[in-house]
Amino acid sequence: MLEIKNLHVSVHGKAILDGLSLKVNPGEVAAIMGPNGSGKSTLSYVIAGKPGYEVTAGEVLLDGENLLELQADERARKGIFLAFQYPIEIPGVATMTFLKASLNAQRRGRGEADLTTPEFMRRVREASQRLKVDQEMLRRPLNVGFSGGEKKRIEILQMTLLEPRYGVLDETDSGLDIDALRIVSEGVNALRNANRGFLVITHYQRLLDHIKPDVVHVMAKGRIVASGGPELALELEKNGYRDYPAQAA
Amino acid sequence: MAAVQETVDRVRSIDVDAYKYGFVSAIESDMAPKGLNEDIVRFISAKKEEPEWLLAWRLEAYRRWLTIDEPKWARVDYPPIDFQDLYYFAAPKTAAGPKSLDEVDPELLRTYEKLGIPLVEQEILAGVERPRVAVDAVFDSVSVATTFKAELGKAGVIFCSFSEAVHNHPDLVRRYLGTVVPATDNFYATLNSAVFSDGSFVYVPPGVRCPMELSTYFRINEKNTGQFERTLIIADKGSYVSYLEGCTAPKRDENQLHAAVVELVTLDDAEIKYSTVQNWYPGDAEGRGGIYNFVTKRGDCRGARSKISWTQVETGSAITWKYPSCILRGEASRGEFYSIAISNGRQQVDSGTKMIHLGRNTTSRIISKGVSAGKSQNTYRGQVSAHRLATGARNFTNCDSLLIGSECGAHTVPYIEAKNASAVIEHEATTSKVSEDQLFYCQQRGLSPEEATALIVNGFVRDVLQQLPMEFAVEAQKLIAISLEGSVG
Amino acid sequence: MTAHVPPRSTAETTLVRQFEALKAHADPPRRAAFERFAAQGLPTRRVESWHYTDLRAALADAAPLAPSPARATIEAARALLAGHEKSGAARLVSVNGKFAPDLSDALPAGAAIASRERRDSGAEDAMASLVEAMAPDSLTVDIVAGAELAGPIEIVHLAVGEGAYALYSWIEIALGAGASATIFETFLGAGSGVQRQAATRLRLGRSAKLKHAASIGDAPELHLESQLVELEAEAELNAFGLVSGGALTRRQIFAKLGGEGAKIALSGLTLLDGTRRADTTLQVVHAAPRGVSREFYRAIVADDAAGVFQGKVVVAPGAQKTDGAMKSQAVLLSPQAQMNAKPELEIFADDVVCGHGATVASIDPEQIFYLQARGIPKEEAEAMLLEAFGAEAINRVEDEALAEGLRARLAVWLAGRSRTAAKEARA
Repeated sequence: MLEIKNLHVSVHGKAILDGLSLKVNPGEVAAIMGPNGSGKSTLSYVIAGKPGYEVTAGEVLLDGENLLELQADERARKGIFLAFQYPIEIPGVATMTFLKASLNAQRRGRGEADLTTPEFMRRVREASQRLKVDQEMLRRPLNVGFSGGEKKRIEILQMTLLEPRYGVLDETDSGLDIDALRIVSEGVNALRNANRGFLVITHYQRLLDHIKPDVVHVMAKGRIVASGGPELALELEKNGYRDYPAQAA
Repeated sequence: MAAVQETVDRVRSIDVDAYKYGFVSAIESDMAPKGLNEDIVRFISAKKEEPEWLLAWRLEAYRRWLTIDEPKWARVDYPPIDFQDLYYFAAPKTAAGPKSLDEVDPELLRTYEKLGIPLVEQEILAGVERPRVAVDAVFDSVSVATTFKAELGKAGVIFCSFSEAVHNHPDLVRRYLGTVVPATDNFYATLNSAVFSDGSFVYVPPGVRCPMELSTYFRINEKNTGQFERTLIIADKGSYVSYLEGCTAPKRDENQLHAAVVELVTLDDAEIKYSTVQNWYPGDAEGRGGIYNFVTKRGDCRGARSKISWTQVETGSAITWKYPSCILRGEASRGEFYSIAISNGRQQVDSGTKMIHLGRNTTSRIISKGVSAGKSQNTYRGQVSAHRLATGARNFTNCDSLLIGSECGAHTVPYIEAKNASAVIEHEATTSKVSEDQLFYCQQRGLSPEEATALIVNGFVRDVLQQLPMEFAVEAQKLIAISLEGSVG
Repeated sequence: MTAHVPPRSTAETTLVRQFEALKAHADPPRRAAFERFAAQGLPTRRVESWHYTDLRAALADAAPLAPSPARATIEAARALLAGHEKSGAARLVSVNGKFAPDLSDALPAGAAIASRERRDSGAEDAMASLVEAMAPDSLTVDIVAGAELAGPIEIVHLAVGEGAYALYSWIEIALGAGASATIFETFLGAGSGVQRQAATRLRLGRSAKLKHAASIGDAPELHLESQLVELEAEAELNAFGLVSGGALTRRQIFAKLGGEGAKIALSGLTLLDGTRRADTTLQVVHAAPRGVSREFYRAIVADDAAGVFQGKVVVAPGAQKTDGAMKSQAVLLSPQAQMNAKPELEIFADDVVCGHGATVASIDPEQIFYLQARGIPKEEAEAMLLEAFGAEAINRVEDEALAEGLRARLAVWLAGRSRTAAKEARA
């Protein structure tokens, strides 16, 4: 289980998360919706362990273990995957090289042997066909010159290969046209199973038409202010966020 | 910040002492007495049974050397070198030069084995997929073994030690020696001209594409010994050769001097591709010991449409002072320089190139990637000049620097000199650090900060790595990781 | 190793004699300045920052010092000024390096001429030190903290005299915290026998903003100008230089961003023809974090002329988050024209983004062809492209009226060139 307890986070002394608590069970898809500036991206970065965020109180627990004491790579090896809203370009590093390096780093972290090249290639081919990622693209430097849609597909491709325990999707729908949105959502849905949980962060309801959440949380002022079923998302779609002021107090 | 800081700390704490090639081989050697004077020059020449003209050439260089000062313009700082406190000649003791590999001291072969250099021909022949590489191994001052001679001979390619060339191909040596780097060129080249001991010699006859990669491995073993090898490569009309050079030295507390000279000549339509992976001992974390690498490398594109391409991966040496250059004399000739210079610990690198455009429609390209870590200083120094007659000359230069940690320095000093209106010279340079966002992205995918740094650095230098022959590229990639991470192997 | 100290050259010997004859040689700061010069001597190409301009070789002898302006000189100056269109809200005039109050306007509110004896820069550069020692006067303009000057101030450096003479001019401009001003310096009147050395010290207090431009359009034998710039935190300087005259010109700018978040934008245009030589040498030192520097220099080099651009950006240890970008571009118009460029980066801090670019080329024949294909004659096409090339540098000047004036100068220079070219074509 991924459990966040009373999380307080500030950046340059400014409070962004203000006592946020949340649980995501294995097999569950939890959506977090909220107005811009409510702290959604901060939450995803803090879960993943990005430097520069000061956690002043609270815990992020994965099966009872506090992730906050671990480095980003250690968290990744425990099974936390963050699909970035803005994937980073790494010039000169071929996407394929990067996929192999990260997959093997995680396997080594778990005490497993490196994948053989043919086995690795097989998995990449399979996943990339499903996500309509061209093999040519995998030879290009990671994210360099990729379109918004391509970047997002590469994120989901990585998630597919890395098979995390929990996937955190930060505004994965931003910058996607309807076809790309469908492909990406199908990619995520294919990964849903009884052991894997998802935290889907989004501003708009439309992503949730494709990735059906089990629970919907509304975030405002750096904490969860309402929770409910999928119907809550539809309600937000209709009324907007006017009832939920953005900034933390 | 934590992750980045950790990387910086790790890199800073790198055990530079973990230098992998720092063993000493127990080999008996024949040495000249310490110090330098005319008698030592005569001793070296006599040892090598050289003809009179070569002795005269050496002595003239020596007398010239006495009158010139050490260059001071590079951004390197080291205590004065006592040139009288060095041995100028050390040779592994053998009765006579080895006739075949069987006669080479087995201890010596073991040394090269440890270095991963395939000296034994069978071993290479056995590996079907492995590209064949002919090797000339230079131990301290003397060439000890050259492989694949027979097969190269069939193609007409001469590949042998410099001393052998002096005896067997005196006309070629005499015609080309000192014509690219004159004996009077600069302090270190002049010193080399006086005392050079051995090195490699290559001649590729007209129209021949050398059937395999040629390679020299340099190894300094003896204490207090300067290494002064001299390499001369001539590619005759329409020929092609790819040449690789590798260097290592044992760990020693004192500094060792390496002052080599490399001369390349290409005639019409010929091409030389010269690649170096330089991994001399860089000294320990406090800057004790390490090689002073003061090297003069120059290529002369003498013929029309000829091409010389330098690729270097510089990870070792306490001090690097090195500017592999091209004189673009022949019409439409081309010079290339691809460089990766990685510095860590207290290393000082001042390296770059000169592209001297003399002929019409000559072109050149410079890609330089510098990575500084620890407390090192890394300088790119380059000159591009287009002379009066170099109508239509073109140059493109790109030099990028990457900084890891706040105690190192990265400097860029390009000289651009255009004396011809039709010349087009373009230069661009950037300096930046490994971005925190890139590091975090990689870490989020499970890579440790060290792995992430190595990956990003490898991406940064990729354009240059691609220029290396495959086998060397893999070696270079590992070397880069080692020199930045300190994780041996 | 000890530095090679060459025996004094003729010019150096003359300079020593000239300084000893000045009353000022007893004044300790000026004496110290002269000693700083004398210790280094006239720079040769062995001095790295003078690699392309060997001043010691170029200066056969130092010309006699211009005498202190007499009444007749002032009247001649007045006549000269009459032909110079007044730009800016107030004009200050110096004649042969000496401030001429009779020819000058009153300064707008917030600005004042302060003590004219203040001079103690400690400049390391030999030639700036020489000016500091030799200049007969030091015009000092103080702009009080918080003042926003109503209009630009123009400082006109007049050279008045016959034959060969040397003049030295030292100016200090200081902006108090938060002050803002526009100042431009015009160099006028020098003929081919004149050796002119000028130094301007620009000091900007916290958050002060200065727009500065200098224009050299007359024809001295030597124009050697140093700008000594110091910026405190958050201060901003935008400075431009146009060089369109002078047999040997060197503008050197030494700028130090000493306070956090300071910004400097330097730009310039050099127009070279005949056998003229012009050298622009910059040294921008980021000594504090979060500084921003931009350098943008262009040169058009015709005939047998030669241009030099040297730009060095230094990021000192601890000057994190520095953002620096430098660009130098030159167009060569004739087979004999030359350009030497040396853009340098010297970086001792890791969290920085710095870059430079340099190009040297002829006018792009493809562009010419494109214009010709549209029916524009070749010479006109060339002039159009050159005008555009130069204008892009002038566009960096933030004061629109001033930029307009500079563009006019460019047009005049280009027109003069095409007349020469046409004459040559007929011959």
